[in-house]
Amino acid sequence: MASTLTIKDLHVEIEGKEILKGVNLEIKGGEIHAIMGPNGTGKSTLSSAIMGHPKYEVTKGSIILDGEDVLEMEVDERARAGLFLAMQYPSEISGVTNADFLRSAINSRREEGEEISLMKFIRKMDKNMEYLEMDTDMAQRYLNEGFSGGEKKRNEILQMMMIEPKIAILDEIDSGLDIDALKVVSKGINEMRGEEFGCLIITHYQRLLNYITPDHVHVMMQGRVVKSGGPELAQRLEAEGYDWIKKELGIEDESVEQEA
Amino acid sequence: MSTEIKLPFDKEYVHSFSKDMGEPAWMTELRVNALEKAEDLPMPKPDKTNISKWNFTQFDKHIVGSEDYSSLTDLPEEVRSLINLESADQNLYIQRNNRPAYISLSKTVLDQGVIFTDIFTAAREHGDLLQKYYMTDGVKVDEHKLTALHAALMNGGAFVYIPKNVEITEPLHSVFIHDDQEANLFNHVLLVAEDNSSVTYVENYISTMEESKGIFNIISEVVANTNAKVTYGAVDTLSAGTTVYVNRRGVAGRDARIEWALGLMNDGDTVSDNKTNLIGDGSYGDMKTVVVGRGKQTQNFTTNIVHFGKASEGYILKHGVMKDAATSIFNGIGKIEHGATKANAEQESRVLMLSEKARGDANPILLIDEDDVTAGHAASVGRVDPLQLYYLMSRGISQKEAERLVIHGFLAPVVNALPIEGVKKQLTAVIEGKVQ
Repeated sequence: MASTLTIKDLHVEIEGKEILKGVNLEIKGGEIHAIMGPNGTGKSTLSSAIMGHPKYEVTKGSIILDGEDVLEMEVDERARAGLFLAMQYPSEISGVTNADFLRSAINSRREEGEEISLMKFIRKMDKNMEYLEMDTDMAQRYLNEGFSGGEKKRNEILQMMMIEPKIAILDEIDSGLDIDALKVVSKGINEMRGEEFGCLIITHYQRLLNYITPDHVHVMMQGRVVKSGGPELAQRLEAEGYDWIKKELGIEDESVEQEA
Repeated sequence: MSTEIKLPFDKEYVHSFSKDMGEPAWMTELRVNALEKAEDLPMPKPDKTNISKWNFTQFDKHIVGSEDYSSLTDLPEEVRSLINLESADQNLYIQRNNRPAYISLSKTVLDQGVIFTDIFTAAREHGDLLQKYYMTDGVKVDEHKLTALHAALMNGGAFVYIPKNVEITEPLHSVFIHDDQEANLFNHVLLVAEDNSSVTYVENYISTMEESKGIFNIISEVVANTNAKVTYGAVDTLSAGTTVYVNRRGVAGRDARIEWALGLMNDGDTVSDNKTNLIGDGSYGDMKTVVVGRGKQTQNFTTNIVHFGKASEGYILKHGVMKDAATSIFNGIGKIEHGATKANAEQESRVLMLSEKARGDANPILLIDEDDVTAGHAASVGRVDPLQLYYLMSRGISQKEAERLVIHGFLAPVVNALPIEGVKKQLTAVIEGKVQ
């Protein structure tokens, strides 16, 4: 059954400073949404708040996944409910191999005694790593330790493909990637496409959207979604930049630093 | 005036004990002289830990009687899991309190002239060899009160001798079982690797009781002669209530290598003094230590590599996890003596704190008396990184499991260095039990 993530009037603070000022968004299984916008407009804050980053405090509004109150859940419960966040800066964890970590993650969704068999796990991991053109030795390397920027991004997509979430949020998955890596990452995301999978892509470059056609495009400024449209909106942003939106809405400074 | 501590065993006792054990005259003499010195020598002073109130000298029994194990299946469960019960052809010594309770040596090892036996048998049957190395180049009798007391009252241990050019691939394994409330152990392990030989030795000190008042005064000496290679693993799991002094000392000759992997998991108060003297040119010392402190125990872990040889290399890696109200000091000392040109001394100490009341201090010390050298150190004391937990939990892993992964990962560099699979598994399980 396809999932629905509904965000209503979301207000979020970090260290007492309000970053999100009433975000409304609905993502359904089968849909790919892209959130675009210049730096400092609250895009990454939105992704962190949905996942439950310890530093972000939701002061108002709601996040509902299939009728369940996400804000009442711990981070791990959110993940097991079907949310996934590909992080902009994934942590490095020494001494824990990529493979062991991923098996723990998969088994955390299964009952005791129902754990994924080692063979089945290895087959799935090998297949996905091959698909993402990753070296097989990365399975036995420590989680993100010493990974290049591009390797970390691929590893985030690998995790998504292994875990198969209902709704994935990809926070600047394209930043710092060369064109070949960008193609591979896009390939992984497209592979996930389907009725059961909803996706929110956060980016400030249009180029990722050359490889992944979104169903919906949203623009964030000043901590709100200020404009939504179809894929043609991304193309217009690529061609003309953000100034026309600012003019249209009477915004002088798009960042959250300034009050409108 | 301070009251003199009267040692519980006198010269006559030590003399007759040595005679009863059938020891050669030199050993009897060494014991009696050491006892005399023990009266006057001061206690050791581990940096930043005050042990003046710790009891290392007052106890009732020097020797307890223990039964032999008629077969390996009679061993306590926690010991059976350490060893391969199926293999008849293994190099295994089991000591029960003071009693040598089981020994087996593979034919290949025996045929190459390797000696692996309890220390009393070694004194009777290999007296000259033992005399050459016993408390001579490694630990000296008169370093302080505890080394002297050890020499006087030594009541258990093992002797390992690897002849010249002999390379042993299968590990030698000692298990020192502590299962008697009244036992006190002055255990001595002497490992000698002659020129161009190589050996892997692993030992377990294991209490099968939850708590006891036992006193442990342990010395291990490793002598690696020219171009020899020794890998020395240990997992100590002595019970709460014990008081432990454990001194593990290495002496490396020219181009010799000594690598330590120590899992120091005692639940009692412990002073661990681990030192390697890199005497020969091109010698190499690597000391890896993991520690988990819990309850109210106080511990001091001093790891020391002294460079005498030119182009000698020393590496210290220590990772400690502190929980509850445990207190630990981690002293890492890299010392480069004058003349040890091109030496390299590196050390890293990391302490992870799991509770507000736990205390951990990492003190990196470099003492350098030579110009043409390289040296470096890194030390940190911190808590589990909340962002690491967030990352792991964002994949569905529970907080408890996420913490477990981070802690295991933190201790992995040393756990993975242990050479015997059963012992590695045991250490992993011990860590599991201690940090949960």
